[in-house]
Amino acid sequence: MTLLQIENLSLSIHGAEILKQVSLDIAPGQIVAVTGESGSGKSMTALAVMQLLPNGAVADGAIRLQGQDLLNRPEAELCALRGAATGMVFQEPMTALNPVKTIGDQVMETILIHKAMPRAQARARAQEVLTRVGLPPDRFPLSRYPHELSGGQRQRVVIAMAIALRPKLLIADEPTTALDVTTQAQILDLLKGLVREYDMGLLMITHDLAVVANMADRIAVMRQGEVVESGATGDLLRDMQHPYTRMLFAASGHQVTLPLSPPPRPLLEVAQVVRTYRLPRKGLFGKPDHHRAVDRVSFTLNRGERLGLVGESGCGKSTLTRAILGLDDVQGGSVQLDGQPVFTGHRPNPAVRRKMQVVFQDPYGSFNPRHRVARLITEPFHLLDAPPTGSERQDRIAEMLTAVGLGPDDAGKYIHEFSGGQRQRIAIARALIIRPELILFDEAVSALDVSVRAQILDLLADLCAAYDLTYLFISHDLSVVRTITDRVMVMQAGQIVEQGETGQIFSDPQHPYTRALIEAAPTLPETGMNVA
Amino acid sequence: MLRYAFKRLISLLISLVVASVVIFAVIEVAPGDPASFMLGVNAQEDTLAALRAELGLDVSNAQRYLDWVGGMLVGDFGTSYTYRTPVSQMIADRMWVSLPLALYALILSTLIAFPAGIYAAARRGKPGDLTVMGATQLGIAVPNFWFAMMLVLIFAINLRWFNAGGFAGWNKGLWAGLHSLTLPAIALALPQAAILARVMRSSLLDILGEDFMRTARAKGLTYRQALWRHGVRNALIPVLTILGLQFSFLLAGAIIIEQVFYLPGLGRLVFQAISARDLIVVESVVMLLVFAVITVNFLVDLAYAAVDPRLRSRT
Amino acid sequence: MSRNLILGAVLSSLVLLAAVISFVWTPYDHAALNIPNKLQPPNARHWFGTDHFGRDTFSMIMVGARTSIAVALVAVGIGVGFGVPLGLTAAARQGSWLDEVIMRGNDLVFAFPSLVIAILITAVFGAGAINAIIAIGIFNIPVFARITRGAALSLWGREFILAARVSGKGAARISAEHILPNVANLLIVQGTIQFSLGILAEAGLSYVGLGAQPPTPSWGRMLADAQTMVSFAPHLALIPGLAIIVTVLGLNLLGDGLRDWLDPRIRVARA
Repeated sequence: MTLLQIENLSLSIHGAEILKQVSLDIAPGQIVAVTGESGSGKSMTALAVMQLLPNGAVADGAIRLQGQDLLNRPEAELCALRGAATGMVFQEPMTALNPVKTIGDQVMETILIHKAMPRAQARARAQEVLTRVGLPPDRFPLSRYPHELSGGQRQRVVIAMAIALRPKLLIADEPTTALDVTTQAQILDLLKGLVREYDMGLLMITHDLAVVANMADRIAVMRQGEVVESGATGDLLRDMQHPYTRMLFAASGHQVTLPLSPPPRPLLEVAQVVRTYRLPRKGLFGKPDHHRAVDRVSFTLNRGERLGLVGESGCGKSTLTRAILGLDDVQGGSVQLDGQPVFTGHRPNPAVRRKMQVVFQDPYGSFNPRHRVARLITEPFHLLDAPPTGSERQDRIAEMLTAVGLGPDDAGKYIHEFSGGQRQRIAIARALIIRPELILFDEAVSALDVSVRAQILDLLADLCAAYDLTYLFISHDLSVVRTITDRVMVMQAGQIVEQGETGQIFSDPQHPYTRALIEAAPTLPETGMNVA
Repeated sequence: MLRYAFKRLISLLISLVVASVVIFAVIEVAPGDPASFMLGVNAQEDTLAALRAELGLDVSNAQRYLDWVGGMLVGDFGTSYTYRTPVSQMIADRMWVSLPLALYALILSTLIAFPAGIYAAARRGKPGDLTVMGATQLGIAVPNFWFAMMLVLIFAINLRWFNAGGFAGWNKGLWAGLHSLTLPAIALALPQAAILARVMRSSLLDILGEDFMRTARAKGLTYRQALWRHGVRNALIPVLTILGLQFSFLLAGAIIIEQVFYLPGLGRLVFQAISARDLIVVESVVMLLVFAVITVNFLVDLAYAAVDPRLRSRT
Repeated sequence: MSRNLILGAVLSSLVLLAAVISFVWTPYDHAALNIPNKLQPPNARHWFGTDHFGRDTFSMIMVGARTSIAVALVAVGIGVGFGVPLGLTAAARQGSWLDEVIMRGNDLVFAFPSLVIAILITAVFGAGAINAIIAIGIFNIPVFARITRGAALSLWGREFILAARVSGKGAARISAEHILPNVANLLIVQGTIQFSLGILAEAGLSYVGLGAQPPTPSWGRMLADAQTMVSFAPHLALIPGLAIIVTVLGLNLLGDGLRDWLDPRIRVARA
């Protein structure tokens, strides 16, 4: 019998249509993944099942949990179901826990609020579930506060809260999106194990098709509030019916062909770079400790080469990026571009700066909202001794906007008139406008939907051919780095543990950490389409 | 935690030293010599010199500063130029009016503001919220001394529930003392309560948007339960800041309100001292007020740590 | 535009208008004594009645608005003029000794409420409107410094600032070009609120005799004079109080309305 049955669910919020005739079934012990790009309505579907919709939401259709319709139930009954019959795991473990309460109290709260058992027993149960999710009380006492745990550990606490009363249905909304790839693999294993052990149904919301393909028994693909295709995982992968599904899978595994790089001639030389941060003192008069974010890193980037830098959060790749850009001085070693140091004395060297540009991750935070595009993309002209003016300037703006796939007319617009993908194009235009020798891409496609990401990757490949780009591509996403770079470096705890030809590293990793990374990264299965 | 408290304590001491230097320096540049002011224009030069020696005015500025601070540390605030009595005694007498008044008002304001703010947040956008918000909007705009006058007009002159002014004194019993401080405390508290209630509400509403509130709801807590169990304590963090700031406003406000009710508090003392150019009294009262504000802010910093475990463990 | 914004703008401009008109016209000479005519309740000839010297209260309120607005406006000017550059500097040099000194200095000034500063100044230099301006102005400095620093700090972490730094722009240039325009809205809103607090503070100071001195009319002073007569001439206490409330309420509503109106999140949603 079905555990959860969503039938023709339509939803509008303040009149805007969010979901259209969504239907889904979940059986006990089954994992159903709902996937799609941003704005597809997948998260709203999850919230609708929990009946935790934002104000002004009007739902129509039916959501049946074990045969009982949840829509239009009185709030008191819904509260009795939430946490007991249904549990939910959220995307952002860093903020999903109350910072001023201990993890023990927060797990026990699920039990106590439903008056399921007396306090002492609830405590024992909390210890039991925390142990089950991998946080045994001898190492993680109930008196810990969330800020004392890592992101992955916090997500385990959230899972413990959700399963404390053995709910029939677990809903996980992008449960691993905010986590590193190795942690993601562990959390996914945990979820799979729990489903098997408790015979729960799992409704898993994720944008990551590789995760979907590896986890789910059934898949539903959503676009703009509609389920465009659904089916058993194996069938669906073998035989995709809807063009959108096909496009989505193709874009996820999108490969580009880079032009051949010229013979090696060093451009950027990083030698023995050290960057340390002071940690707060321990005790009243203790000596402050230092954290080496970047630990004696050396590498060379050749002219015309596309170099990747991968690593998990906190490995020091952002710090290294800032040091290369000359935003922060280093404590040891040197960074030289074209034989000139990035820092002279303690001041950034303008002669070097004008040879470098950067594209950041966040398409929304990368631009001053008060300036027009023309002013935004010409900001690097500040680095030139004689920046172009008048019609020459107009021509450069038009040329750049055209090169990144926008039109010259866009120069007069403000940034909020553009989508995320268009903004990233504008960021690339800004980086290209002074024809730098080197561009740093700092997680430049990480915030984008897969279809947009594929387009930006294509654009990069085209620009490589047109402008002979040399770049350093910093990313946590192995699949992207694999296709967009010639050579790759793997960073762990401030050090570069392995570097080499991209193909070589991925097919035959030498360092154990590299191997762990590649192993943990979920991969798209063969889909019957020609993606490689 | 210990390190945090220690750091705050050091910064408290530095603030006190700098504040005392500032106050001393400002009073020092005062034109005119207290001795000649006290004795009038016709005073003999040797009488003046004798008085200066008696008042301790005949030594270097640095020495006088050290004497002043050193004296305060042992409770000796010097001698009033006009009354020739110890300033510490004058302050001690008046303090028993001003301090209870400020505390009374602080308690009233908190008792009104917390429930009002939480109530409004719980009923966001509904008539109850709009009423509370309208009332606070008005409350912020009302000058407390004018409000005090209106209270006198209504409750003292027309209804005769309270005396229009004066202080019964604590020796007539706690009730008599509190009774004569009630109207002043209400006048002080309501405008502050309006501000506090608004801060409480907006701080709670910010918290309501946090992810962990949604987590709490997903566990099966009702909206109210989530608000009380997870919202209020987190919302307290910004509210504490305002509470600390309000104490200084209440102290200052008390000085003005004392004028309305003819209360023999620090306010009366300081205005009398200003008109008599009794600068040592002004200096000492100001130092005391500043000391109180700095100390309260120190306590607020410690209270943060009690509320927020992240602060406790940072060092 | 919200109802708050409109109501606030109307009330504020009403008071401003009264102050401006008072320079060229008042119903009566605000300082002219007319003892036989004293303590009249509001009537057709004297809309707001007369005081114990027979002066026309309506004229005094109009001229008093001038004092209130002038004091509060200059005090906000002082706060913005010193506080904003200090806040921008502190944010640009976050974590440095300069930042530390500015912020500790701010904390210290917060320990001196305006009234205490006014008491100090008056004790030394005697009472006057200038004292009120300085006392309120000094207290405004840390308010603006703190809010500017807070907003600027969150901007300094944004990627568009990093991009500007990569483009070789210095801290001063970035502060002027990128930070200031993006905190301007916040400053306008805070300015409105400090303006209204200034009106309240000025009234309080002149009530206890630390503000504008006679014959300059001020609302606080009028209330102090009315206090002994509140039982038989309540209009003398009521009217200046209402004038203060209307002004402060108007400015607060204006501030709230501006905050909603200028909020970039809402703006983007509208665009």
